[in-house]
Amino acid sequence: MTGALLKIEGLTKAYPGVVANDGVGFQVAPGEVHALLGENGAGKSTLVKMIYGLVKPDAGTMQFQGAPYTPPEPRAARAAGVAMVFQHFSLFEALRVAENVALGMENPPPMRALSTRIHEISTAYGLPLDPARTVGDLSAGERQRVEIIRCLLQDPKLLIMDEPTSVLTPQEVEILFGTLRKLAAEGTAILYISHKLEEIRSLCDSATILRGGKVVASCTPRENSARELAELMVGGEFAATDRAGRKLGAKIFEVAHLNLAPMSQFGPALKDVSFTLAAGEVLGIGGVAGNGQEELLSTLSGESPSAPGTVSLHGQDIADLGPNDRRRLGLLAAPEERLGHAAVPNLSLTENAILTGTVRRPLTRNGFLNMGAAKRFAEEIISGFDVRTPGPHVAARALSGGNLQKFVIGREVLQAPEVLVVNQPTWGVDAAAAASIRQSLLDLASKGAAVIVISQDLDELMEISDRFCALNEGRLSAPRPTEGLSMEEIGLMLGGAHGMQEAAR
Amino acid sequence: MITLVKRPTPSQFWAYATPLLAVFATMVAGGILFAALGKDPIAAIKVIFYDPLFGPNAAYFRGQLLVKAGPLILIASGLAVGFRAGIWNIGAEGQYIMGALAGASVALAAYPAESHLLFPAMVVAGALGGWLWGMIPALLKTAFGTSEILVSLMLVYVAQNFLAYAAFGPLKNPDGYGFPGSRNLQQYPSAHNPELIAGTGMHWGVVAAFLAVIATYVLMQRHIAGFRIRTAGEAPRAARFAGVVPAKLVMFCLGLSGAFAGLAGLFEVAGPNGQITDSFNAGYGFTAIIVAFLGRLNAVGILLAGLLMALTYIGGDMAQLMLGLPTAAIQVFQGMLLFFLLGFDLLTHYRLRLGRARA
Ligand SMILES: Nc1ncnc2c1ncn2[C@@H]1O[C@H](COP(=O)(O)OP(=O)(O)OP(=O)(O)O)[C@@H](O)[C@H]1O
Ligand SMILES: [Mg+2]
Repeated sequence: MTGALLKIEGLTKAYPGVVANDGVGFQVAPGEVHALLGENGAGKSTLVKMIYGLVKPDAGTMQFQGAPYTPPEPRAARAAGVAMVFQHFSLFEALRVAENVALGMENPPPMRALSTRIHEISTAYGLPLDPARTVGDLSAGERQRVEIIRCLLQDPKLLIMDEPTSVLTPQEVEILFGTLRKLAAEGTAILYISHKLEEIRSLCDSATILRGGKVVASCTPRENSARELAELMVGGEFAATDRAGRKLGAKIFEVAHLNLAPMSQFGPALKDVSFTLAAGEVLGIGGVAGNGQEELLSTLSGESPSAPGTVSLHGQDIADLGPNDRRRLGLLAAPEERLGHAAVPNLSLTENAILTGTVRRPLTRNGFLNMGAAKRFAEEIISGFDVRTPGPHVAARALSGGNLQKFVIGREVLQAPEVLVVNQPTWGVDAAAAASIRQSLLDLASKGAAVIVISQDLDELMEISDRFCALNEGRLSAPRPTEGLSMEEIGLMLGGAHGMQEAAR
Repeated sequence: MITLVKRPTPSQFWAYATPLLAVFATMVAGGILFAALGKDPIAAIKVIFYDPLFGPNAAYFRGQLLVKAGPLILIASGLAVGFRAGIWNIGAEGQYIMGALAGASVALAAYPAESHLLFPAMVVAGALGGWLWGMIPALLKTAFGTSEILVSLMLVYVAQNFLAYAAFGPLKNPDGYGFPGSRNLQQYPSAHNPELIAGTGMHWGVVAAFLAVIATYVLMQRHIAGFRIRTAGEAPRAARFAGVVPAKLVMFCLGLSGAFAGLAGLFEVAGPNGQITDSFNAGYGFTAIIVAFLGRLNAVGILLAGLLMALTYIGGDMAQLMLGLPTAAIQVFQGMLLFFLLGFDLLTHYRLRLGRARA
């Protein structure tokens, strides 16, 4: 191919303890949608960060539009026509959407004009967004939109997207894909990272598969099944989840008429949320992120107080208990935002194990930390959940997205909860690891725990939950047995077309 | 070309090396400054850093070192706990004054009765005075969301007016021939905070400072409460998830730093200073902020930073006296120390890379 837009050869990058990229080479033509596939920690994010000038390669060459390309910093990459949507948001919470967008631009136009542009682009591409809102008040899904729009404003020649759809609804994904296909038809090349293999099959023209930092295969995703792709990534077969062998026990957890004022000015309120949960049961809560998912998790975890009698465990009213008292009673939670909520980016994995582990694990003595025990707990999580990292001393932010997610889930599961609430448990996790996280949730349930899985991924919820309900605009539909539930019924529960407008709000 | 590359984990080596490098850079830049003022830079640096410790009058100055470092270390230890949590008490100077006033009031109310219980009572009153003054910004912040930075700072000026009022009014020495200022507590045995070992400058305030260093070290490094405080500074949401109640944290941090500052004020007024006057406070509360950062908000670091800061004060005074250096030059010199420290701090989190990356 002579007309390659981006050509990469022998790109290598080592971090202490791991070679993140090892002699990686591939090329992308203008207008091509190219997928980068690989398990968590395979080196996908590292690779695109090098293309975007954020990380310096140790060795290797890049060519962009036929000329040598060595962006010393993202500004140079942007000037060359490369834009990127990150796996983790890089937004300032205290600033407005428009201000955040302006910060990423070389010569931002006046705020008024910029707001108008944002509005135009966002409606044109089906990602509506109010430029005047403060980012801190946005849900994960809405924040992702800010990032995407920030890129689209730059009119890029190469658009890099690192797991852009993890937080989007299926409908939003379709709209985004429409946008991407349109961009590709206009000649923009797209480098696309995702663990959602079906998406890749429908969107991408070609794929490069990484394993352990090396290119192990390249293929045309349309010509392979999702399972084949997954096996190429892992280099072997992987087990499907097994939900057999569970018996429902007595009712242990109840939420009754839970109302919660919006946590932020624009956030949704929880309105009269009620459900009960039996021991051994998995309850799936579907719906678009930003419809009260975070709020629900934070009332269940004990971060936000709720009215007396609204939350009870084993018949005991726990509505006024804080997170640690709830942990003591066996109610644990894993929030969706891993950096800064579920884990502290700058602390080591050992310290992040301490973050929630001291109540149910003997990590302290009279309040004094037992670092040895904490380290052993962190190691237990790392080995039990196949977290790929050099060791427990590594800071949480140095982990790949999916690996940190595995750590966070593992930390809670290994504390033997009686009730576990997880929000987007497999967000950014590769297919094999996602399967093992789901299996661990099922195993937990078969040991008699009740599990609440809040997720946007309907397939995931259908796969593991006994009953399903949907959270929409802060309202929870009545839970219904998953077995025999048709897609149509689910759609109705999710609010149908109405749900779309909500997402667009 | 020099580029900065973020380190995956903060460098342990540079965390300890940057303070030394900063001191060295301050000496060099300060030397240039002094030379530009027409003084011999080597001599000036020697007067500031060497003479107080090993010069001809070192015996006297070494005692002064602990007297000056004691309150700095005590106050900075408390401030650092709050700073780690992202709670910015800038008003330690005011809490220091109120502690001194509260403690001295107890003593003067009891005058001239002698009792072994008086001094402990003064210590409690001193801590309480500072604590109360720290609770004002804490309560306003938790109730109304005001900025503790502004409120605590403004309360310094309120405290200063209280001090002037007390020195001219209620606490004025009735036997003082009308001069402003209280009785001298150094002449009131039960209330006096004496030098414990002659010639060392060691008084109860210095003992308290050392205890504060140990206590805050244990709290921050070994205890779950300190772990949560650190988390709150790093990632407030994660801290809440870990069970930190923000309002309690604010009260704890402002209360603790207020109490420590109040104690420092009490030990000062009952000891080295002796007297409530309208110019009693000497800026320890503000300098302690620098000491806290110079010591990397870390207990042991603060101990060393307090001693170093005290040294530059004593040495700076000497340099003024002996070399005729202007006060402003000494202050610039002290400012440079903080400047270089914060500048070099970059190395803990970033790696410098020279030249362009290989393509
Ligand atoms: N800043 C860093 N410091 C140290 N190690 C790092 C750093 N960034 C990434 N790594 C390591 O490099 C490897 C590749 O990480 P990378 O983020 O590229 O993976 P990924 O393929 O994007 O995974 P995921 O699908 O989980 O996002 C991992 O082992 C990771 O721990
Ligand atoms: Mg990644």
